[in-house]
Amino acid sequence: MTDLNKLTLAEARDKLRAKEITSVELTEACLKAVDAADTLNAFVHKTPEIALQQAKAADARLAAGDAPAMCGLPVGIKDLFCTKGVASQAASRILEGFKPEYESTVTSKLFDAGSVMLGKLNMDEFAMGSSNETSVYGNAVNPWKVDDRQLTPGGSSGGSASAVAADLCLAATGTDTGGSIRQPCAFTGTVGIKPTYGRVSRWGIVAFASSLDQAGPMTKTVRDSAIMLGAMAGHDPKDSTSADLAVPDFEAMLTGDIRGKKIGIPKEYRLDGTPDEIVKLWDDGTAMLKDAGAQIVDISLPHTKYALPAYYVIAPAEASSNLARYDGVRYGRRAKLAAGDGITEMYEKTRAEGFGHEVQRRVMVGTYVLSAGFYDAYYNRARRVRALIKRDFDLAFEAGVDAILTPATPSAAFGLGEMSDEDPVKMYLNDVFTVTVNLAGLPGVSVPTGLDAQGLPLGLQLIGRPWEEGDLLNTAYALEQAAGFVAKPQRWW
Amino acid sequence: MSIDTQTAAKVAKLARIKVEDDALPALANEFNTILGFIEQLNEVDVEGVEPMTSVTPQRLKRREDVVTDGDMQDKILANAPDAREGFFAVPKVVE
Repeated sequence: MTDLNKLTLAEARDKLRAKEITSVELTEACLKAVDAADTLNAFVHKTPEIALQQAKAADARLAAGDAPAMCGLPVGIKDLFCTKGVASQAASRILEGFKPEYESTVTSKLFDAGSVMLGKLNMDEFAMGSSNETSVYGNAVNPWKVDDRQLTPGGSSGGSASAVAADLCLAATGTDTGGSIRQPCAFTGTVGIKPTYGRVSRWGIVAFASSLDQAGPMTKTVRDSAIMLGAMAGHDPKDSTSADLAVPDFEAMLTGDIRGKKIGIPKEYRLDGTPDEIVKLWDDGTAMLKDAGAQIVDISLPHTKYALPAYYVIAPAEASSNLARYDGVRYGRRAKLAAGDGITEMYEKTRAEGFGHEVQRRVMVGTYVLSAGFYDAYYNRARRVRALIKRDFDLAFEAGVDAILTPATPSAAFGLGEMSDEDPVKMYLNDVFTVTVNLAGLPGVSVPTGLDAQGLPLGLQLIGRPWEEGDLLNTAYALEQAAGFVAKPQRWW
Repeated sequence: MSIDTQTAAKVAKLARIKVEDDALPALANEFNTILGFIEQLNEVDVEGVEPMTSVTPQRLKRREDVVTDGDMQDKILANAPDAREGFFAVPKVVE
């Protein structure tokens, strides 16, 4: 059988269980696709030996009739996840050579569920970026292409999105601090969910902004996201913010029946300057949910405008604290020192050559907003605004709204390098529709629903009530079915 | 609030990132762009609003105050750029 790498998780799982294919065959098809796609620069550390070993073990489990949710399914892992004995660099020079002695909780759970790891995936350095252009490995490239330009797959989980869209792996892990799962999924025609804060353990994931970071699946379909989220989620005593709540069978909740569901359309997301085709996409999505029997209500989230500025205080502040650990002492790279250099010079030189420009900028902005005299004016004010942003959502949900529909991004994928002369704030605006969800700790899913005039994918975002990923995914499933998005990038790589 | 090169130098020092003198004006400019964006927060009435400490209304779990891990010196030192005789080694700290 050819093109096994093009299967969805659900299709491959069913074929494995029916003994139509083996995990080794499936894994070999993916490894071949990975090797033929170096131009995309999605996989930055390949692990074929581990993959084949895990595939053989999965085939043995399948033969024995012990086939957990992800048994034998090949996935890619974002470089932000610590994987035992395998380079885990967060796409940063400062973690060059770092091979963790432990396994992140998410990858442990995926492996326990039978997953096969094909390798580590490109990303923006320390997950700071919206275009995968801050990576020490170089840019990841979007498999979608409409002219001579190479396009960004989005960021920070750009390698994950590129790999899934190009059928190099069946699915991938991502992380999302301000939109880093949902924006790349929208740019590549894939599906990704950022779960409720606390649903997935952060243990063993390189920390960026701890109060915002959540890991989630990036997949080809909503069903696949439901399957993989189930395998990633659950309480972990090693993450004190992980919720001690039962993980429901998300896939079983995909009935496609959303009759009577109340879908909120927030007027504040109708921004000046949003391209007409994004507005049309949103209107079309609204009509699709209405046709499926949902009740559409206009809602107001009055503090939306302040989400990005609040984020650009809180995230850098937490990053400056989290990244203090990269000091050239315990792991990663240490700068070459001159005679007479003391420990301060060691820190300063190591961090100057180890961190890229965007990371340095955010660490310093964070240092500034936390410094004496500015803590109240910036950091505490941002946390107050954050409380108001969350309250906006609380009030909408209290009024009976089940989910909120918005655009996922303000545009389709742009060309690599096109934003390099812009000021940093311009790039930050990519996350304008997604960042509110991180600040409020809510689950949000990006679903591909159409193509723009050039033929590039566009996505819509659904935002759900806390801990109700199952219901949210079901609404996403209904939207996916109504939109019928089946376009795939034509292979050029 | 505008940041000058002197403040930029101070922030770089606090962050322990070496920034060459000739790079400071551009850095100060970038800070000013970002802080200008952040200034919008001053428009919001936050009177009586508590700063958010936890996004989910959950109490952090506690556990028994006992040793649950340890005894893995080799693993802990395995990734150190300079480890000697069971310790992390750094340049001389005390004169």
